[in-house]
Amino acid sequence: MSVLVLAEHDNKEIKPSTLNTVTAAAKLGGDVVLLVAGSGCADAGAAAAKIKGVSKVLVADSPAYAHHLAENVAPLVVGLASNYSHVLAPASTYGKNIMPRVAALLDVGQVSDISGIESPDTFVRPIYAGNAMATVQSKDKIKVVTVRSTSFDAAPAEGGSAPVENAAAGNDTGLTQFLRLESQKSERPELTTARIVISGGRGMQAGDNFKMLEAIADKLNAAVGASRAAVDAGFVPNDYQVGQTGKIVAPELYIAVGISGAIQHLAGMKDSKVIVAINKDEEAPIFQVADYGLVADLFKALPELTEELSK
Amino acid sequence: MKILVPVKRVVDANIKVRVKADGTGVETQNVKMSMNPFCEIAVEQAIRLKEAGKATEIIAVSCGVAQSQETLRTALAMGADRGILVETDVALEPLAIAKLLKAVVEKEQPGLVILGKQAIDNDCNQTGQMLSALLGWSQGTFISKLELGDGTADVTREIDGGLEVIKIKLPAIVTVDLRLNEPRYASLPNIMKAKKKPIETLKPDALGVDVNPRVVTLKVVEPPKRNAGVKVPDVKTLIEKLRNEAKVI
Repeated sequence: MSVLVLAEHDNKEIKPSTLNTVTAAAKLGGDVVLLVAGSGCADAGAAAAKIKGVSKVLVADSPAYAHHLAENVAPLVVGLASNYSHVLAPASTYGKNIMPRVAALLDVGQVSDISGIESPDTFVRPIYAGNAMATVQSKDKIKVVTVRSTSFDAAPAEGGSAPVENAAAGNDTGLTQFLRLESQKSERPELTTARIVISGGRGMQAGDNFKMLEAIADKLNAAVGASRAAVDAGFVPNDYQVGQTGKIVAPELYIAVGISGAIQHLAGMKDSKVIVAINKDEEAPIFQVADYGLVADLFKALPELTEELSK
Repeated sequence: MKILVPVKRVVDANIKVRVKADGTGVETQNVKMSMNPFCEIAVEQAIRLKEAGKATEIIAVSCGVAQSQETLRTALAMGADRGILVETDVALEPLAIAKLLKAVVEKEQPGLVILGKQAIDNDCNQTGQMLSALLGWSQGTFISKLELGDGTADVTREIDGGLEVIKIKLPAIVTVDLRLNEPRYASLPNIMKAKKKPIETLKPDALGVDVNPRVVTLKVVEPPKRNAGVKVPDVKTLIEKLRNEAKVI
């Protein structure tokens, strides 16, 4: 039995979500083979070889894989899949985009967003925004699975020395063309991997007020997130969103500011180690999951928090 | 250009689901059911394209139990022209749904299929991508913007690191994210009119699709409960607790 892991990377570096996926793959038993599909991705391939627990790295280097377009990457994975019992990828937008395409081409079902492994064919996954946990068994010969990063520890990025082989790259299908990336560069850590996350909700009242959260984030080296309500209100872009339909985070410390605690938000953060809630409504459901609750007007509490942290 | 919009009947987004005592699933008896919120956004997008003169007909399709008719009526009341129900009592998985939809696509020949990015019941996020693969079409997933061109569409995708803009060749599959639009409410006259719009019923057998499950659910349980902690009186105490008790800052 061996497991193929589709690595998420930016051609230079391996994304942290890949490390969590390697841990999940190792739990299944057997060899863990990492596939790095990219363009000019030798650096990422070399980084992949150092990950502890990886038996082999396959590098498929082609302009067709430069932007990880699902139409091009999926056939590559499908071509390799018959040698493996499992194909895994992180349940990030990268994995979510490509893996169902892989599964359908293999004519197998997909098990999405697993949070636990019971046996090589039986997995635990959250359904209904994490309000229920389902144990499911895959009857397919090849198991196609996406992995919830926050549920598995990261494999050490150093310490391994796996051999790197080239995999034959396929053609560009020409179905889809990458135009551009519109992302805001931030000096802060990434939301899904940050040790501390501070999020704002509708209670922030305006996008400008998120500056108060940013000031605290900079002091704590934290990432800034938001509830769906804050995103819907246009305060911040959607890539800030924590919740069922946004990002799943599980930091050491999660600070929820002006967030009432709707089910769909809790689904994205309730596995955090320590949760702090600041809300002026003492009945807000967020307090039911918070380790430390502060009933206060955030416009008064946040400046105080910034000041106290400076001490 | 025809647009096909698959819609799913799910437990209403405002209902707090309960796990059944026997651990076989969640309670769906006597629970309010509605159209999956992402499917509403998909229907809305199709209607806007028709209103802009870029689509000629909107066909809503649902796969599932007979009551999925109600979900189709909702789509028709919003502005879809006709409905197709692929009726079965089998609990359908995304792969089975994608195969059924492929059969419907081959019959109807739409230029664009618009789906929600995920259903809020099983949170799979698979069907659109699978359908795209089975058809060999291009896919634009998790989109927050759609601009139709000549034989192509530029779509903006909501990805983890921000936004990605890609050009997809038509016919194509797109799956929609939250910020694409705000779905309309159906007006009373439109709800009445929708009752007269046609719904065709098909069976999986007639479409030649095997819908038997590949992934079986062994049990469903409540997630571990997180207990409420303590309330702190002020910011100073909060910081003190985080530093000395929780030791996280």
